Amino acid sequence: MSESTNTRGVSRILGLNAWMVYVFLYAPIALLIVFSFNDNNNVAIWTEASFRWYGEMFQNAQVMGALRNSLLVAFVSTIVSTILGTMLAIALERYRFRGRGALDGLAYLPIIIPDVTMAVMLLIFFFQAFGILGSLLGLSLTTGIPTIILAHIAFNISFVAVVVRARLAQFDNALQEVAADLYATRWATFRRVTFPLILPGVAGGALLALTLSLDDVVVTQFVSGVGSTTLPVYVFGLVRRGVTPLINAVSVVMLAASMVLVGISLGFQRGGGVGAQILADPEALREEITAGGAPHAEGATT
Amino acid sequence: MQKVVRIIAMLSVISLVLAACGDGDEGGDGGDGVDCEVDQVDGDLNFYNWSEYIDPELVTAFEEQYGITVTSDFYESNEAMLAQLQAGANWDLIVPSDYMVGIMISEELLLPLDKDAVPNLENLAPRFRELPYDPGPEYSAAYQYGTTGLGVNVSIVGEDFDPSWALIFDPTLTTTYPGGVSVLNDPRETMGAALKYLGYSLNDTDLEHLQEAADLIAAAKDGIATFDSDQYDEALVNGEVAVSHGFSGNMIVGIGEADNPDDFTYILPKEGATIWIDNMAVPESAEHPCSAFTFMNYLLDAENGAALTNWNYYGSPNQASIDEGLIEQEVVDFYAETDTAEGLEVIEDTGDYEINFTDYLATAKS
Amino acid sequence: MSDVRVTPELEAAAERAEARRGFVLSLPPYIYLVLFFALPLVLVFVYSFASRSSTGQTVLQDWNLESYRRLFSPLVLEIFVRSFLLALVTTLVCLLVSYPFAYYIATRGPRVRSVLLVLVMIPFWSNFLVRTYAWRVILGSDGLVSQVSQALGGEPIRVLFTNSAVLIGLVYGFLPFMVLPLYAAIERLDWSLVEAARDLYANGWTAFRKVTLPLSMPGVVAGSILVFIPSLGAYVTPAILGGARTVLMGDYIVSQFLAARNWPFGSALSFAIMFVMLLATVVYFRAGAKSL
Repeated sequence: MSESTNTRGVSRILGLNAWMVYVFLYAPIALLIVFSFNDNNNVAIWTEASFRWYGEMFQNAQVMGALRNSLLVAFVSTIVSTILGTMLAIALERYRFRGRGALDGLAYLPIIIPDVTMAVMLLIFFFQAFGILGSLLGLSLTTGIPTIILAHIAFNISFVAVVVRARLAQFDNALQEVAADLYATRWATFRRVTFPLILPGVAGGALLALTLSLDDVVVTQFVSGVGSTTLPVYVFGLVRRGVTPLINAVSVVMLAASMVLVGISLGFQRGGGVGAQILADPEALREEITAGGAPHAEGATT
Repeated sequence: MQKVVRIIAMLSVISLVLAACGDGDEGGDGGDGVDCEVDQVDGDLNFYNWSEYIDPELVTAFEEQYGITVTSDFYESNEAMLAQLQAGANWDLIVPSDYMVGIMISEELLLPLDKDAVPNLENLAPRFRELPYDPGPEYSAAYQYGTTGLGVNVSIVGEDFDPSWALIFDPTLTTTYPGGVSVLNDPRETMGAALKYLGYSLNDTDLEHLQEAADLIAAAKDGIATFDSDQYDEALVNGEVAVSHGFSGNMIVGIGEADNPDDFTYILPKEGATIWIDNMAVPESAEHPCSAFTFMNYLLDAENGAALTNWNYYGSPNQASIDEGLIEQEVVDFYAETDTAEGLEVIEDTGDYEINFTDYLATAKS
Repeated sequence: MSDVRVTPELEAAAERAEARRGFVLSLPPYIYLVLFFALPLVLVFVYSFASRSSTGQTVLQDWNLESYRRLFSPLVLEIFVRSFLLALVTTLVCLLVSYPFAYYIATRGPRVRSVLLVLVMIPFWSNFLVRTYAWRVILGSDGLVSQVSQALGGEPIRVLFTNSAVLIGLVYGFLPFMVLPLYAAIERLDWSLVEAARDLYANGWTAFRKVTLPLSMPGVVAGSILVFIPSLGAYVTPAILGGARTVLMGDYIVSQFLAARNWPFGSALSFAIMFVMLLATVVYFRAGAKSL
């Protein structure tokens, strides 16, 4: 970029704008952290600092139970939906098969459907399904943690797929072709070329799924059963009866946990040899390979 | 392969739709009731209640006394609870509100009370035994009650204000209050208050009257800062609004915890207001009904009933607790007013007209 | 390498094998979505033709189009238009705020970029309700905004319960959904093209307008959809920050399923709003494709 004062001025304005956006982003977070140390029942009036709410939180069996449920649901649903979502993304983006169009459309619906509609329809579905299974197989099933997990996976698959597809679309098939030309099996190609390339997308999708699962209220409420109250549902209920800094304390703990999780996953991405190299500079790597004379560098075909 | 998948898909759809049609409006079959004895427990209890409605220690004491575990879950709306129950969820004890008990009885979703197992029913005050939605009572036992009224900041409104719904519905008043007022975001409660102000019953289904109420609310909008069913007590106490429409329990607690409690008071408007009752009931699909009835009996005991009220500050329907002086005086005094107030009504299900209440409020807000 | 001759039959067989592989790969998610999404959706669709009993139960035997007829009542149309406009304004403001921000991040060094991006995401790992209530405090009569204005010698102002508060809340909540796609699009921009424009004596603004902006359009389109769609159904944030003084689509749908216990109508409303969202998505994609 040229060094004109114009550019530098613009750069400075952009920087200032970015800072302001960060302040905007963190204002409520700062507030919620600060007030979690408030020695007063009221979330708006500051009295004095104390760890009281953190103490209360860890002693509150209901909060801990809800936290455990949330983590379990989030963990399982994120893993399953990331796997299924990635499969979906690869299938839609890289292959042509009959029914692809319909699947493409179907995959977008969970993103646009209103929460309460999804909640009600899953409730009706489980109701009918349990009835059928009950009369056919004599099973007596009810809603609970498993149904919540199933529900979360249902909407998360699409979100993961969207993120991974976006990443997939960025890289043309040249590299996959190259690997094939180098006699790599499909699995090897996937493992050493495709997967490392889409890893940021998969990681992003997984993070999104985790966030959505941990924050979901409406769908969870409807399909939950005995003993399966999750944290956001619990918080939602607390709001009814009075917001105390207990909620802030819980929120801060979850925030800290999420940050640790992400820190770990970022650490994983840095390591890993070729993968990291490719991530750092895919263009350079591609040029290296294609310059070596692989025949199908141009015009990816699917 | 694809054909097989498609056929299976079609079959599943058809079978589900047929099942749905077949069931139609299958509710419970009422059941003949169960036969439990006093203090009998038949397994761990699954308890579905509103949040922050019972002291966890009271529950723990029950667990220790009877040697069973209580799993507590919480819901935020009667309708969501109803939906889950109809879909087959199997809680043992639930706490539906007045109108919902009426609906559940007509849908045959509740077990009749096993009165042998709940001798403490006797402790209920007479007026809480002959409730319009469940005379007897046959299916439910009153848990806590309260009223819906107005929290008023007297330092803004003045000491000699007219205790009327005008405090939230009269724009010539409300627009003079810094911050405005807060009104409940509940079709039945808000439309109900407007109906009472106009001199009608809050269960009125005359469409003209409903239109009048909607027009009243629409005209009052300028002074209404927010429609809020959750933070009404905080908004009042933090000085965000001058008058707040809300439920008695939260109000009394919120005002009590304020830095300046003398600045606030809770009143029942002279035109009448809602009195509401939450009730314990055992669903027909309960798997441990005896444990449920035992817990019900336990909570109806004079001491436990008092403990319940002293924790959540709602009204106690337990005459025994009151007679034995176990309830905190503050609470007794607070609710003494409701015993003498005129024009208190219980919300009843208006059947087809529920849609109208919702729509008229929506129209009023537009 | 040329021992095998590529005949048309071989090509066709290879293509069929590819298609089969693709199909098999898509099968698990396909089955899952059909079972746990499409089937329930069909059920809800069926419900939208049912009628409501006096006690609020859904009676499937009484088929009718009543629910769909009500979709065109003035109340519903008004609610819908209001939600639509709010979503539109939210998307626009979000775009205006996010673009320079995403541009800034995308033009930093690679290490800094990741850190900056993660910093954008972190606030959204806190509980949504708690975040929104924090905004209530900030925008209230005695909140941060008000205190700042008083410090500057002005009156205490309450942004809470105004339309601005709703906009702030929504833009805040959807910021990452706009920033991330924009960032992705700007980051892989071919800067040599911008250089070329400058070499041809275009000034900064023209280079941006004629090169950068059109090339980043896919990101703009993706981000706009990701913000517009959920804003259309948003109601919790408007209720908490705006005082629920108007009725939005999301709120109205919830009230049909809960307070009014009118599931057939709630289902019909849901389908109507999904239909509009699908339409918007298609229009957006077409528009985005044109400018490429």
